[in-house]
Amino acid sequence: MADSNSDNRPLSPHLTIYRPQMTSISSIFVRITGNALLGATLLLVWWFLAAATSLGAFELASSVITSWFGNVVMILSLWALWYHTLGGLRHLIWDTGRGLELQAAERMGWMMIIGSLVLTALTVFYFLQGV
Amino acid sequence: MAFLTDRKRADGMGAAKTGTASFWWMTVSSVALLVLVPIFIFTAGPMIGKDYATVTAYFSRPFPAIVALLTFSVGLLHFKNGVTVLIEDYVQGLARKIWIIVMTCVSYAAIATIVFAIARIAL
Repeated sequence: MADSNSDNRPLSPHLTIYRPQMTSISSIFVRITGNALLGATLLLVWWFLAAATSLGAFELASSVITSWFGNVVMILSLWALWYHTLGGLRHLIWDTGRGLELQAAERMGWMMIIGSLVLTALTVFYFLQGV
Repeated sequence: MAFLTDRKRADGMGAAKTGTASFWWMTVSSVALLVLVPIFIFTAGPMIGKDYATVTAYFSRPFPAIVALLTFSVGLLHFKNGVTVLIEDYVQGLARKIWIIVMTCVSYAAIATIVFAIARIAL
């Protein structure tokens, strides 16, 4: 049956009407970081392929990855990798039926944010030490 | 004649008839990556910015080479399934199919490239 009024029907409330919360924001950033990591992954695949090809190819790839732009991408990706890893750990904890209460979920959200920043800082510090 | 009950036939199948296989595969690969990723960061990470001879000599060694191979291949398969869910959530119709096909091809191409590259460096 054709409904002449189908375009005017009210829609049920969706994501956009909700106030951002720790649970929703920490969750969407797991998705954003996971998918954005393709960028650094392809850069590193190129770096490995260049190392397998020739000295000239490697020096070009290495100079791009260690340029200021490359450093920004790599450090942001390092944070994204730690954040996504902690997010995955939170999912594994949730899968066991633990930590699903609001307070526990919010506490894990803060641990992911602070933990990923601390791990990124420690990793960068470790890399700089080794030079 | 069907002897199975409707409930028995539907049990564990899910709407797409593949049940929870995709979810379970993401669980398995995420546990693997939970181990691989930190090892990869601390083995491959310090090599970024090093010279050609150092990098190629380092990835000729079994442990760094195998860790890098595993991290990239498991990680890219994990990415392929993850980005498929992302596309299914936000893109409709023909564009959805095209995006899933393109990202699947990109994932496998990257895996083939890293296997070739590390094999050539290590062997």
